[in-house]
Amino acid sequence: MLEVINLTCVRGARRLFKDLSFSAGEGELVELRGPNGSGKTSLLRILCGLATPAAGEVRWDGRSIRKLGEEYFASVAYLGHQNGVKDELTAIENLRVSGAVSGTPLGKGEAEEVLTRVGLSQQQNLPAQVLSAGQRRRLGMTRLLTSRAKLWILDEVLTSLDDAAMNLSREFITEHLKKDGIAIVATHQDLNLAAPRIQQLRLS
Amino acid sequence: MFGWLVWRDLILAWRRRADVLATLFFFIIVVSLFPLGIGPERETLRTIAPGVVWVAALLASMLSLGRIFGNDYQDGTLEQLLLTPQPAYLVVLAKVLAHWIVSEVPLVVIAPVLGLQYGLSQNGLAIVVVSLLLGTPVLSVIGSVGAALTLGLRAGNVLVAILVLPLYIPVLIFGSGAVQASVTGSSPQAWLLLLGATLIVSLVFAPWAASAALRISVE
Repeated sequence: MLEVINLTCVRGARRLFKDLSFSAGEGELVELRGPNGSGKTSLLRILCGLATPAAGEVRWDGRSIRKLGEEYFASVAYLGHQNGVKDELTAIENLRVSGAVSGTPLGKGEAEEVLTRVGLSQQQNLPAQVLSAGQRRRLGMTRLLTSRAKLWILDEVLTSLDDAAMNLSREFITEHLKKDGIAIVATHQDLNLAAPRIQQLRLS
Repeated sequence: MFGWLVWRDLILAWRRRADVLATLFFFIIVVSLFPLGIGPERETLRTIAPGVVWVAALLASMLSLGRIFGNDYQDGTLEQLLLTPQPAYLVVLAKVLAHWIVSEVPLVVIAPVLGLQYGLSQNGLAIVVVSLLLGTPVLSVIGSVGAALTLGLRAGNVLVAILVLPLYIPVLIFGSGAVQASVTGSSPQAWLLLLGATLIVSLVFAPWAASAALRISVE
């Protein structure tokens, strides 16, 4: 369970939000909305531990994520604006390296299966630099499928995806929620998810 | 995981080998310019050889520092690495090891050939190699701190030089001291031991400092 307590975020001289509190339990989806520059990305980066808040605290299962450190990172998967894909590596190498480094090593067969699921089976041996923006996004998404993280933090997950890929990512999120995962998604589009528990969070 | 990270960086370097070769050629050219500029007197060349080789090694390794974290920072893989369940210390150590293999080991290999231009004896050449082997990992690991601190800054490359070169001074003194000692016929052992000690101390503290710096830069 993720608890956010009185979070305040300051970027430069601007205060983006103040005293933000919410919590998300197992199987819950948090939809984060707000205009450009309202602090969605900053909030997500604080939640996954990459940034520190000006005040307030984030707790995971009752313990502060600052104290948990690496233990917390094992339960988080973050997909940000950047896909975290290496241009010089092929699709399958990208997938296997990121899997191995984050503690879930994949065999070649497993990796091929995952790539087929996101529709990149034809491109698996191409270097990522020749893939289109949408295909790279799909490749970034594979990280979610292979991780065992309970908490997914997704930033603008639907950008540059075609309809098929959008449906695919909706499917992944729904599946994750069914397995008692938690998803926090910043988005401008409607996710239209049939999740049992959805929380809307607005930043202004 | 450590092995995977090193493997990844080695593959990436291989697929971008032009960058790596540039550093190596820089080293070769700088070291070869001195005999041309100073003239062929054997004694003079032999006296300046230790300093020239070592200063060139410092500059060449500094040129390549931006690559340790720079590309990973730009494509977002660095923040993913920092979000993995292992300590950032290990991530830094793996990247430093890969950087050393890719950017420094070729310098060590080519150095004796270049040393021939300075009329160094066989013994002198051997000490050049040994001192570089002990000293260049220090350059990589201390450089990683500078590289991490200047990540994403506009004047990053110049700042790295200002930050890191002063920290390289002990390595320069011990390394060229060892070669100098062997040229003048005394024992270089004390210098090499000092270099070894610098290596151990920097391996313990620098990755820790670099990982703290990375967390700040990524934020």
